[in-house]
Amino acid sequence: MRRLGWCAALLVLTTAAPVEAARIGEIADWNFGSQAARFFSLQDPSVRYALAGSMLLGLCCGLMGAFLVVRKLALMGDALSHAVLPGVALGFLWGMTKNPVAIFAGAVGAGLLGAVVVQWIRATTKHREDAALGFVLSSFFGVGIVLFTMIQNLPGGAKSGLDGFMFGQAAALGPEDVWLLAGVTVLALGAVGLFYKEYVLTSFDEGFARSLGWPVKLYHYSLMLLLAFAIVSALQAVGVVLVSAMLVIPAAAAFLLTDRMGAMLAWSAGFGMLAGAAGAFFSFTGRSLPTGPFMVLAAAGLFVLALLFAPRHGMVGRLWRRRSRAARIRRENTLKAIYHVMEDGGFREEVVAVGDVAARRRETEAGARRGVAELQRAGLATEEGGRVAFTPEGWQRACEIVRNHRLWELYLTNAAQLAPDHVHDDAEVIEHMLGDETVRRLERRLNYARRDPHGKLIPGLADLAAGAPPSGRAAGCAEKGAA
Amino acid sequence: MMKDFSTTAPPLEVHDLTVAYDRRPVLYGIDLTVPAGSLTGIIGPNGAGKSTLLKAVLGLLPLSAGWVKIFGAPLAQNARRTGYVPQRESVDWDFPVNVMDVVLMGRYGHLAPGRRPGRADREIARACLDQVQMLPLARRQIGNLSGGQRQRVFLARALAQESDLYFMDEPFAGVDAATEAAIIDLLREMKARGKTVVVVHHDLSTVRDYFDRLVLLNVRLVAAGPTAEVFTPELLQKTYGGRLTILSDVVQSLGEEP
Repeated sequence: MRRLGWCAALLVLTTAAPVEAARIGEIADWNFGSQAARFFSLQDPSVRYALAGSMLLGLCCGLMGAFLVVRKLALMGDALSHAVLPGVALGFLWGMTKNPVAIFAGAVGAGLLGAVVVQWIRATTKHREDAALGFVLSSFFGVGIVLFTMIQNLPGGAKSGLDGFMFGQAAALGPEDVWLLAGVTVLALGAVGLFYKEYVLTSFDEGFARSLGWPVKLYHYSLMLLLAFAIVSALQAVGVVLVSAMLVIPAAAAFLLTDRMGAMLAWSAGFGMLAGAAGAFFSFTGRSLPTGPFMVLAAAGLFVLALLFAPRHGMVGRLWRRRSRAARIRRENTLKAIYHVMEDGGFREEVVAVGDVAARRRETEAGARRGVAELQRAGLATEEGGRVAFTPEGWQRACEIVRNHRLWELYLTNAAQLAPDHVHDDAEVIEHMLGDETVRRLERRLNYARRDPHGKLIPGLADLAAGAPPSGRAAGCAEKGAA
Repeated sequence: MMKDFSTTAPPLEVHDLTVAYDRRPVLYGIDLTVPAGSLTGIIGPNGAGKSTLLKAVLGLLPLSAGWVKIFGAPLAQNARRTGYVPQRESVDWDFPVNVMDVVLMGRYGHLAPGRRPGRADREIARACLDQVQMLPLARRQIGNLSGGQRQRVFLARALAQESDLYFMDEPFAGVDAATEAAIIDLLREMKARGKTVVVVHHDLSTVRDYFDRLVLLNVRLVAAGPTAEVFTPELLQKTYGGRLTILSDVVQSLGEEP
């Protein structure tokens, strides 16, 4: 694979004339603006063909790619797209012209042959899919390169544009190519729409599908045929080397966004179309730039966005949830420390000194002040002149946390037979995670116990509801003084 | 609901079934009849061909020899009367489907190609999910389930097939005690409704409790019949201890031939 990548990079470097590249750089601003205007006005028929073709191929590849990705067959797209190359060359040799029908037929034939060889190697040798795919990919591609070189050395002028099959040139798309793409897209949409349940079940659980008496092989090869159609019709625009990226990347991005197959197909097709349009745009505005790489870069950009911002599986969301959980735990620990200081004073005072909180937390006074400031921002406590007081909500949260901690300690000593001096560290972690439901179950299980294993009072529902420390009140936590 | 099977063929009849991987037989000359309304366990050591037997009967593997009849006809004619619970590891649990989607797949055998499940199918699927106490999890992606819950999803899918003969591949493997109890209750209820259930099982300690008939398998059929008759030390010794019989030697040499 890496060697192919190098080969591709070398070919790009040698085909793009460096002199011209420099000139584009000088007049880039003016050129880009007017080209962009031409692109968006859609006056130019070649722009219309390029845009329509690129979006159609994005849709079609996105649809097929979604099935490849959920079947863990992403590399199959890679192998097939390289395997079609000798077919393209043979299709050209058939009439020595770029006859789309002959090239299409040759390429589909070569692609299917590749798929069959993969199956055959898997079935008859001890090799798994990866080795079979690697073999088909590189050997078919090698044959294709040899044939292409031979064609280049033949006399005759009709062979210009054949190198478009390597890296793609959306600008070179003609009406026949667009009609071909439209036909393939309609076919793919129709097949997936009609046989949605069949394709999903055979992808998810092949054994079960076969136990229903379904012709699973038929569905597999019809999908491979559609895949070959999609690849071949996309060749002209993206090129052999990168068409597999259009199969894999939009689908991989869609997979991160959803947990349902139908939605994944829609996202994947949408991403494909977006990437296709972006590729056509950049290919048109930057002169003689290949379309394939830009299309793939756009798709890769979408993938990175999905990776970062997907609601459930996205990295930003995960990081955010982790950080907000860490902040919540910090706040709850400060609340608990304030509670403990009050408790030690027998709840005679409604305010405590920040210095006492720091001592209790075994941290510096500056650290405690930061913690109290966080509580103030969250509306859980107020601070003035180095003295802190709970808000009603803060008092309730503090009671809940202490209560969770002590209930859990009691549960561990009672139910799990742990010694009282073994349970504190565990409770330190669990106290932040117990839900209301679990707390109620714990209470029932512990018979609404009033004291934890260390003899301290467990804050009761009355304390939670009171909204303020029970200074002066006889009930609840204030009993501590008497106990 | 109870069907009169006395006039019909047995749910499963297997004759001289042989399956070979690469010319090496993994099942050899199996003759087997499973009577209607029975709860049959297939037991045997690892590599005895228990799962292979299920797959061969269901047409998932090519037969080297022999035939299989489901209710007196080839499987293709009676596929709708046959339900299947594959091994849990056989599917990718990251697949983008939710619990309800999977249970609905049980209805697919009743739907013509190109037809989607309708309201009636959804009602059946909901009822089956409820039966395995999984209805509240209907909208969950299947990767977010415990091992026992995954097994119950597969069972609900099989129930939704509304078949008469069920094949289950190790439904008790790696599930929690609560799920195991729920599964065996379900199997007994199915039996009470006249269904026939064939289960690949690996835990010998529960065999006597769970199954009224047993198939002892080790490449060849060692014994098949009512549990009380075939669950004996001698037959178990023959099934689990007889690794060095002449047959095993022949199997070995067959596999080594170029």
